[in-house]
Amino acid sequence: MNELSASSRITYRAVMVRPGVARRIRGLSDKTLAWLFITPTIVLLLAINIFPLLWTIYLSFTNYRANRANVPTIWLGADWYQSILTDPDIWAAMQVTAHFVIWTVVIEAVLGFGLAYLIDKKFRGHGLWTTIILLPMMLSPAVVGNFWTFLYQPQIGLFNYVVAFFTGRAASSFQMLGDVTLSPWAIVIVDAWMWTPYVMLICLAGLRSIPDYIYEAAEVDRASKWRQFWSITLPMSLPFIMLAVLFRGIENFKMFDMVNLLTGGGPGSTTEVASITLKRAAFESWRTGYSSAFAIILFVTVFGLANIYVKALNKVKSR
Amino acid sequence: MSVDATPSIARRGLADRILRRGPLEAAATTIIAAGVVMLMQPFSLTLYSWSFAMTLFGTVMFTIVSKVRE
Repeated sequence: MNELSASSRITYRAVMVRPGVARRIRGLSDKTLAWLFITPTIVLLLAINIFPLLWTIYLSFTNYRANRANVPTIWLGADWYQSILTDPDIWAAMQVTAHFVIWTVVIEAVLGFGLAYLIDKKFRGHGLWTTIILLPMMLSPAVVGNFWTFLYQPQIGLFNYVVAFFTGRAASSFQMLGDVTLSPWAIVIVDAWMWTPYVMLICLAGLRSIPDYIYEAAEVDRASKWRQFWSITLPMSLPFIMLAVLFRGIENFKMFDMVNLLTGGGPGSTTEVASITLKRAAFESWRTGYSSAFAIILFVTVFGLANIYVKALNKVKSR
Repeated sequence: MSVDATPSIARRGLADRILRRGPLEAAATTIIAAGVVMLMQPFSLTLYSWSFAMTLFGTVMFTIVSKVRE
């Protein structure tokens, strides 16, 4: 009883001591309050997103080098852009990126949709299988990169033994990560293994959004299962497949961590995707201005693709 | 009076058809996609050189036309 009265006394005093503040807060409009709450977020975003972006744009027009910060900065105009956009080596890196993006997206879309189609059939134990299939997606790319490096070991790696079992070739006769022809496929396999479950999830959402009455109407019209798949299932889940393809395309266009851990861009430059070339220019050659220009080129490409992604997302939302 | 009014309605109809968000966004999206394809294609260095300008133009266009009325 005493405690209660003490706390009520404190509350009473708090209200009595500073009535002006309470009145002032009560007097604020909804708009002012909203601004009050979002200002810290806006300041934080400006500091860690917008300012570095503007600074990178500025640096991309200069000869600035981060390891020689005291050297006077000279304005170069669009020289770095011109240099990058006429450089056959950067063009080659873009083609390596294209190989990686196209094959991963195609494999993930086909396998992801296939798995989603099977899981959607709700067979016995489908919940357990869904969880097992989703496991790779939940791992960190650093972990995935490290353990696939072990799996690809020609002497002790499981992958070579599995291939040897099915093809009859000696397990140590080929190196997935050390061979010029095989290494681009090695990174495609790992990415497909890791991210197919993600595509499956999006496709599953698409399949589950198709109303049952459409299939019932098709059954009444005696449409075969094959016809139902081509005329109902595929067209109605196509926006979701497009969404997954765009999302994986954007993610893989800027892929760095997994490729860096698996091959580091090698052997030679066969797996040197654009982000690895960028890292080498920025932190090995210390060409900060040049790498800033390259980063802006990649940023504009990703931003453009993100616009298409948002458009596709709106189309899905409007369904 | 009616002779004057008819062409203006026709003109407005044409403008309404073209200057809508949907077709303009579709055009911007096509330009961006073309820019990305030009960036990563293995056939022509000239196309690669113009890819950034193309993507940038498409992106700026998309940003502007997404503010246009439906």
